[in-house]
Amino acid sequence: MLSTKRLTYVWLKSATAVFAKDCRSELRTRYAISALVMFILTTISIMLFAIGSEGATADVLSAMLWVVIFFAAMSGLSRTFVAEEERGTAMTLQLLTTPSAVYSGKLLFNTLLIVAVNLLTVTVYSAVMAGFVVKTYSIFILTVVLGSLGLAVASTIIAAIIAKANTKGTLYPVLAFPILLPLLLTVINATRLAVEGAFFGEAIGEFQVLVSYIAAVGTTSYIVFDYIWKD
Amino acid sequence: MKIVLGIWISVVIVLGFSLPMVAQPEHWYELPVIPGLEDKARIIFFHVPTAWLSVVAFVSSMVYGIRYLRKKNPDDDIKSASAASLGFMFCILATVTGAIWAKFSWGTYWNWDPRQTSIFVLLLIYGAYFALRSAVDVEEKRASLAAVYSIIAAVTMPFFMFIMPRILASLHPEPILNVQGKVHMNTTMLIVFLASLTGFTGLYLWMWHLNVRTQRITLIRIDKK
Repeated sequence: MLSTKRLTYVWLKSATAVFAKDCRSELRTRYAISALVMFILTTISIMLFAIGSEGATADVLSAMLWVVIFFAAMSGLSRTFVAEEERGTAMTLQLLTTPSAVYSGKLLFNTLLIVAVNLLTVTVYSAVMAGFVVKTYSIFILTVVLGSLGLAVASTIIAAIIAKANTKGTLYPVLAFPILLPLLLTVINATRLAVEGAFFGEAIGEFQVLVSYIAAVGTTSYIVFDYIWKD
Repeated sequence: MKIVLGIWISVVIVLGFSLPMVAQPEHWYELPVIPGLEDKARIIFFHVPTAWLSVVAFVSSMVYGIRYLRKKNPDDDIKSASAASLGFMFCILATVTGAIWAKFSWGTYWNWDPRQTSIFVLLLIYGAYFALRSAVDVEEKRASLAAVYSIIAAVTMPFFMFIMPRILASLHPEPILNVQGKVHMNTTMLIVFLASLTGFTGLYLWMWHLNVRTQRITLIRIDKK
């Protein structure tokens, strides 16, 4: 019988092993990262052409930033689970380790991916959108960090569901949108506050919603993942 | 069962439309006039039960989903899916009746009032639920994936209650009616309203039962083939 301490150690080790495996396979193919970067660049340039010389208001631009981020997440984050099914390696993972370790490893990988992608998006977006000037940096940075975490948590569990369905690509945004809507509305509101130059205290309510959203969805996903993962 | 329900709901419909609305109700058959709503307040007898049932159906679908995950009994999945399909229907009814009422009270069918946004999201969740169900072939897999999806959706729904008021103030009557938590209905109106709620809930349970029985027979026939 293994002691609790030993079990925790084994679990941590397998979770980091899953994470390391995903990182390594991503670095070898650079599939997700290159697709995501190109997606962001094309979307932002389409927006630039569409807006042209008209100049959109700060309100619209802070909403559009999250539209770009949402669809970027939709195009890249399902990869971790879908790839396992396509390569036929899901069964191996099931045999080798526990569902909770798989979930934690995948969640960690998706979080890293979305944080990296969002950093790029925010930098490029602020650089090229003349009307988008952040006045309260503390609100903006915290919003981007918490927003990325929330996106990763919610889209990882939806990705796990999608990987078991027949129509993998088209269904992902359909399933994810209603789940992500509370998060999106909150981050858009917080970004608008940051652009308007509100005080940090005014956005506390938004951060409370974001933190509780991450906690609620994260805990539920962790509990129900077993039922998705086991065949 | 269905005859009792038919009579019950007919009586509710007749009462709901025919009882006069007066400023100072004196007789037992008179309903109070609600300022700003007048005759349009009659929608409460039909719109509120449909909205209530779309939530009840969603919750019962989730509860049977959880039961399926625990016991893996296909019958629970049938119950869960039937509840969801009825809930979808009541959700559409609530949206449409609400939109028609909004046209006459607010002057537009749709203005993204918090209530309208919430019901729109509920519609989206139902739509996604059925899209997911149709995309999985294996029955056991379909049942557990659908159950998991409805659990996650149910966890995120309460957030709208906190988020929506921060974005837009609601014009929906209920908060206006209950500013100090008191109901501006007299006894007659309350009785008709509760009778309607009971009648519609009975209708839902009857349809659900019928739906479950039909699906069970289909399942047995598929098994025999």
